[in-house]
Amino acid sequence: MTPTHTQSLTGHSQVLTDEVRRGLLNTMVLIRTYEEAIRREYYADKQPAFDIGAGLIPGEMHLSAGQEPVAAGVCAHLSADDALTATHRPHHVAIAHGVALRPMTAEIFGRETGLGHGRGGHMHLFDPSTHFSCSGIIAEGLPPALGQAFAFKRRGSDRVAVAVTGEGAANQGAFHESLNLAALWKLPVVFVVEDNDWGISVPRNRATSVPSNALRAAGYGMPGVRVEDNSVEAVYAAAADAVARARAGEGPTLIEVHTLRLWGHFEGDAEGYRPELATVAEHDPIPRYRDTLLADGVLTDAAYEAMRASAVEKVEDAVDFARGSATPDPLDHLDYVFSEGAPS
Amino acid sequence: MTDTISARPLELPIEPDAGSRRLSTAKAMQEAIAQRMDRDDSVFVMGEDVGPYGGIFSSTSGLIERFGPDRILDTPISETAFIGLGIGAAVEGMRPIVELMFADFFGVCMDQIYNHMAKIHYESGGNVRVPMVLMTATGGGYSDGAQHSQCLWGTFAHLPGMKVVVPSNPYDAKGLMTAAIETDDPVVFMFHKGIMGLGWMQKNRRAVGPVPEEEYLVPIGKARVARAGTDVTIVTLALSVHHSLDVAEKLEADGISVEVLDLRSLVPLDRDAIVRSVAKTGRLIVVDEDYQSFGLSGEVIAAVVERDPSLLKHVARVCVPDVPIPYAHQLEYAVLPTPARIEKAVRDAMAT
Repeated sequence: MTPTHTQSLTGHSQVLTDEVRRGLLNTMVLIRTYEEAIRREYYADKQPAFDIGAGLIPGEMHLSAGQEPVAAGVCAHLSADDALTATHRPHHVAIAHGVALRPMTAEIFGRETGLGHGRGGHMHLFDPSTHFSCSGIIAEGLPPALGQAFAFKRRGSDRVAVAVTGEGAANQGAFHESLNLAALWKLPVVFVVEDNDWGISVPRNRATSVPSNALRAAGYGMPGVRVEDNSVEAVYAAAADAVARARAGEGPTLIEVHTLRLWGHFEGDAEGYRPELATVAEHDPIPRYRDTLLADGVLTDAAYEAMRASAVEKVEDAVDFARGSATPDPLDHLDYVFSEGAPS
Repeated sequence: MTDTISARPLELPIEPDAGSRRLSTAKAMQEAIAQRMDRDDSVFVMGEDVGPYGGIFSSTSGLIERFGPDRILDTPISETAFIGLGIGAAVEGMRPIVELMFADFFGVCMDQIYNHMAKIHYESGGNVRVPMVLMTATGGGYSDGAQHSQCLWGTFAHLPGMKVVVPSNPYDAKGLMTAAIETDDPVVFMFHKGIMGLGWMQKNRRAVGPVPEEEYLVPIGKARVARAGTDVTIVTLALSVHHSLDVAEKLEADGISVEVLDLRSLVPLDRDAIVRSVAKTGRLIVVDEDYQSFGLSGEVIAAVVERDPSLLKHVARVCVPDVPIPYAHQLEYAVLPTPARIEKAVRDAMAT
């Protein structure tokens, strides 16, 4: 099979090898398998009555199904030395960036073996080994990414920081302050806006004054591109340019991806406000991309099944690890407030 | 620059003799920052007007001439972005000193401060450290109105995860700044404008004082007995330390012996020092330029009551009543903890 050429939105031609295309699908499948497993575990002991604070995984749960193309397409250009800040909906980018599944899952289960020893939870995952973090506050994950990029630049490296946020966050002050400062100081940042059409229950056309947040990039003197149709290959191409620009010291880029929130804002969200609810599943990016690769002869049914089986094995291993891990000792609740121990 | 945090802790003297060289508080802070920057290239300063202007309250005067614009960075008026930038740089092992021009401005950037700077270490289970100093100017007394005169240290201290230091004099300002830069935890360093020794503002005579030339540490979380006494304990901080000392000197002639305890830090709070002093005097007055309710003054009293309520023969507070700081001089000085209010509180205490 000959490589597929994808014309990126900033004009460069990107060669997508068969291996890269299978890799993108593989990442998407791993993410979906993970989110399905977390969803299963989340509801397992919330029957028959839903109690948000009950069960092995308590609390709010924002799953990323449908947004896998963003994570797979962007993170394919990153290494563990590059930083990534994510949102309250962080699992897809964490997995694509290489955060280890076992400690991540244990954190979601609130276990001592978790990334934060059970102090953080699913919206507060910190993995220094991959420079990954997330924040539950809309748009507020962006400024720290600037600082990571600042430190990388200061040290003369070509490492970059990717700041992922949602389209709703683009109406927050932190978003605009961050774009201005990153462009002003030519920081190696890639801003990734996931436009999933919904800010919880409010559609983007009732929240955002412009048709594309890529337009806003121009106001800060940086390139802005919008990827339509949740296309993982178009994301991959746009991110290739943006990451290369950042590594070359040419400053930040904004990429907005029109993606899909396949499930609710959080688990338990009946989405009664969503008129197109019945047809959402038809836009699922994973079967679509799988079928494309099958049609192009890049993938076989057997290879896809093997991909799924491998993902299930990794995910179930992580879930087993989390379930089997100890919960934190309640007596240790003061640990980690300060570096030298509990406050006086 | 290397990727790793330089070897710590520092082997620096702790509270050495003050010597005879005299500096203003502003110069003492500048010197602490400069000496750290000389030895550690991960330290940098960032904020509004910290470059050629030297900081609106002179916290960074002379630093850009010495270290250049790559390490002394003027920022846009974007506190959320640049405080967050400091957090990210600290996470990657740098040691930023970020100035928030007035503590009053925390309203535009508090999420970065209390939800990020202060919580990342805890949320990460101790795996991510944020060795950052957020320095900010506090206090009133010069008719700057309700949005530029507040102390607000109780607000910061209420929120877990950040140390809060409040020096009252040049010696402590230098040693606390060095300690703040060196600790692996985020520190809010709140300096009162009235103790900086500025030429364009009424200044306390103790705003210039002896400061050792070498680097040293004043440990964060240790109060200081600024004046020993036996009849009444005044627990206070910042500019109010000097008002309290002035009152104590005056009342000595009347045979009243006042002990003045300078807290120096709110987080950690030196509860032992508070209880020790009250155990001696039995009378406690808290003098605090922050708002009275739900803040430091109540916390200081609770520290004694929780330990041993029988220690207290008398307790009183001299704080800003719960109103915005007024503009007109006469109104502002009606709400500030002035020497006259402190003196009355001490005399009332002695009458009980």
